[in-house]
Amino acid sequence: MTGPALLSARGLGLTFGTIPALADVDVDLWPSEMLAIVGESGSGKTTLLTVLSGRLKPDRGSVRYRDPDGHIHDVHAMPAPVLRRLHRSDWGFVHQDPRQNLRMAVSAGGNVGERLMAQGARHYGDIRAAALDWLGQVEIDAERIDDLPRTFSGGMLQRLQIARTLVTHPRLVFMDEPTGGLDVSVQARLLDLIRSLVSRPRIAVVLVTHDIAVARLLAHRIAVMQRGRIVETGLTDQVLDDPQHPYTQLLVSSVLSA
Amino acid sequence: MTIMLRTRGLAKTFTLHLRGGLRMPVLHDIDLSVSAGECVVLTGPSGAGKSTLMRSLYGNYRADVGQILIRHRGEMTDIATADPRAILAVRRDTLGYVSQFLRVVPRVSALDIVAEQARDGDGHEQARALLMRLNIPERLHAIPPATFSGGEQQRINLARGFIANHPILLLDEPTASLDAKNRAVVIRMVRDAKVRGTAIVAICHDADVRDAIADRLFTMTPCQEAA
Repeated sequence: MTGPALLSARGLGLTFGTIPALADVDVDLWPSEMLAIVGESGSGKTTLLTVLSGRLKPDRGSVRYRDPDGHIHDVHAMPAPVLRRLHRSDWGFVHQDPRQNLRMAVSAGGNVGERLMAQGARHYGDIRAAALDWLGQVEIDAERIDDLPRTFSGGMLQRLQIARTLVTHPRLVFMDEPTGGLDVSVQARLLDLIRSLVSRPRIAVVLVTHDIAVARLLAHRIAVMQRGRIVETGLTDQVLDDPQHPYTQLLVSSVLSA
Repeated sequence: MTIMLRTRGLAKTFTLHLRGGLRMPVLHDIDLSVSAGECVVLTGPSGAGKSTLMRSLYGNYRADVGQILIRHRGEMTDIATADPRAILAVRRDTLGYVSQFLRVVPRVSALDIVAEQARDGDGHEQARALLMRLNIPERLHAIPPATFSGGEQQRINLARGFIANHPILLLDEPTASLDAKNRAVVIRMVRDAKVRGTAIVAICHDADVRDAIADRLFTMTPCQEAA
């Protein structure tokens, strides 16, 4: 875990009307690590994810991405087609609501295969085999490959979205509350799955969650946000067990057990 | 003897912002040094800061003042100032920690929880052997330990801590929930680790276990009350 960062943001600032959504935010992400961004609703964590992934341009500051060849790209200065290509291949985005990412009128297998086709895969048998393999990895029965996602439960939809995202072997995945809105038992299964899938070498993840227990389970490092600022950042267990900032102490003391 | 762990002038004060900024000094001017093959047991009354020192050595608590030097890949790394990724590297290769309580992922079997901590070879083979040595019967290996008894969970935790053969091992009450038979197993495991050259820091209230593993005691006293 040494060497240059994969993604670096410096001095991010963004104002919605008079509300500061992001202020003086610096973020670094290295290959193969998971960084959790925690905070209450409205603290700016989802806005930060949207800015880091290039979907929203900040008023101030920049986000730089280092590609596999070592070239540095300013994410917000990239031409739109280049950014789209990045999102289809090297990057992935897991939304809280899988319907934002999935095509509900296309079969489960089609949803997974589509990202491969967008990368240039053309051989039907190969694409179907890859889709089948990924459905298995996210514990969706092979028999469901031709079913439409609308027949799936919430937990299955989330697992399908993860398969669709990881099939292209992205190096960088953004996750926005991936376990939000799911039953506790379904959450546990999904957490275990995420943990094993992203522990593979070279996948780096920025995970937004309001659930401190999720951050503790998955993340190497954590950043705590309040009113658009990162008020504390560091090793996950150190920040959660020995919080220094008043807001982090409040956040940690407010949960039953994390 | 090679010094594996050394603190210099270590101090730690908790500031409780939710209690009006109350300051609670817990560690003051701690100079501890542990060599390869040596086991140092922390002693002192409740509230003397034994657990706080242990957690600080692991980087789980942040030291305010002083150094925590850990011999990592032949060089001294200061845990008190190292960045998070450096601390994770030290934990992966050099520094093991057995806490009192098992905190694990739901759905992962006892065997996998232990095996994933192995640093070389087939983790599952080593994990199976360690679990057997700790009298965890094979029928439990495939089951997630959430439903295990306190003593069984503690032994899973011990297996997790010992499987990696870290050069430095921190043991927080390793036998608190164990019966006499399993206490004896743990004593033998600690002695074997010392023979391999492992430097060990332990907290243990059981006098028999303490006498059986300690080469030296490090006595701590509570800090003065908050100013």
